[in-house]
Amino acid sequence: MSKLSSTLVILTLLMTIPLFGNSQCKHFAKQVCKKELAPYIHNGNFNAAILTEGETAEMYKSFYSNQNYRLYICESSAMPRIRFQVLDINRNVIYDNKNNGYKMKWDFVPESSQQLIISLKVEDGENDSDGEPLSGCVAIMIGITEAAKESP
Amino acid sequence: MHLNRFSLFPALLAAFMITLTPGCKNDRQVKETPSDEVVTVDSIDQQLIDDVKTVKEMFYSMPSPLEVAMMLKQSGSVYNQELLNPLNNTSQYVTTRSRALNLGIYTTDLSYSSLYDQTQTTIDYINAAKTMAEGLGILHAIDKTTIQRLEANVNNRDVILDIISETIMSSNSFFKENNREAISTIVLIGGWIEGLYIATNLVKENPTQEEINSNELYTRIADQKLAMNTIMKLKEKYASNKHLSSIMKEIEGLRQIYNEISIETSRVVPVKDSSTNVTTLKSETTLTMTPEIYKQLKEKIDVIRTKFIS
Repeated sequence: MSKLSSTLVILTLLMTIPLFGNSQCKHFAKQVCKKELAPYIHNGNFNAAILTEGETAEMYKSFYSNQNYRLYICESSAMPRIRFQVLDINRNVIYDNKNNGYKMKWDFVPESSQQLIISLKVEDGENDSDGEPLSGCVAIMIGITEAAKESP
Repeated sequence: MHLNRFSLFPALLAAFMITLTPGCKNDRQVKETPSDEVVTVDSIDQQLIDDVKTVKEMFYSMPSPLEVAMMLKQSGSVYNQELLNPLNNTSQYVTTRSRALNLGIYTTDLSYSSLYDQTQTTIDYINAAKTMAEGLGILHAIDKTTIQRLEANVNNRDVILDIISETIMSSNSFFKENNREAISTIVLIGGWIEGLYIATNLVKENPTQEEINSNELYTRIADQKLAMNTIMKLKEKYASNKHLSSIMKEIEGLRQIYNEISIETSRVVPVKDSSTNVTTLKSETTLTMTPEIYKQLKEKIDVIRTKFIS
């Protein structure tokens, strides 16, 4: 009986760990990442996940002509750096943060409405003291403005 | 989520077909100013293609209600309160499907009214959205404090927009945390259809080709073909959700009409303005939407929206 109880406790814990991760990710995106979008306004969409070094994520999104956008890739501290690229639908690279000092923000205005792909990879870093790969929250934040705004 | 190499095929095929589609022109020329700096565009990155085969997380992001409303405002549209979903409809939404759809619809309505400084309407509609959210089990996305903060900042549009953005994110993340992401997609579809309904009712019902080519709002309506592609991806992702499947049956007719619209975009040339650090993605677009296709589109949107709010 006690073995069954222990198994149930372990199973419950295993099932709730991803929920804690998501919840922490939301809190992080809301408290930390959103502020970095200013003076742009966050579009409200929550695109975040717990990623481990070496892992990649992609976002497909339509961007509309003459609308000002700020893309901000936000990661929790102690994570290895992130390389992100913005690609057109044919996967031609439009922007690569590796060529821009690994900056996490990019402001742009599309002249034509089009779908773009935001592709990011958590680069391999130094493992933690236990030798485990590092993981944490990574959020893709999109800011928009009512009118043309200059970067601070 | 893992992708195999064949997952790239539909995107490449779609891009290939877009480049083959002819149409009448609505071109923009690539122009540069002295402070502009043309950024070199790399060709397809092999390493990246290898990484794509093992992408862990794939997001398909639809326009949020706030983005939809901002598109309406930026195209120079006027405000028309009669187009909003009446507030007294809230009591009739008792199912998950209708509450999710109308959470999106009311959120677009309140975003639209806030951008035109209709503060009382914004407050009324955030209350309607709150009712929908609570019905879906989201208790803290819009609470008493949110409404009080909104009331205290009626003259500060930036704060109002920030509150709206936060409520969208809270409901969005709630569904993700609770493994109900398909419901989040339904909310966004509701908001998107509301934006299309407002847009198509702010322009002439039977426009000439010249009017379609010269009014930016028609371009915005046609541009939504891109969002339709995203909806189709989300349909595949959440194919097992019965609520989303029933909505997709309504959307299918709209997709077929959007397939008649062609959008051809030339390769992007990124040009960075070093004084503002803003990069302009220079490209030319050819968009074709005939008056007949527009008429079909408007009629279909009216039918879908009527079903969604009933």
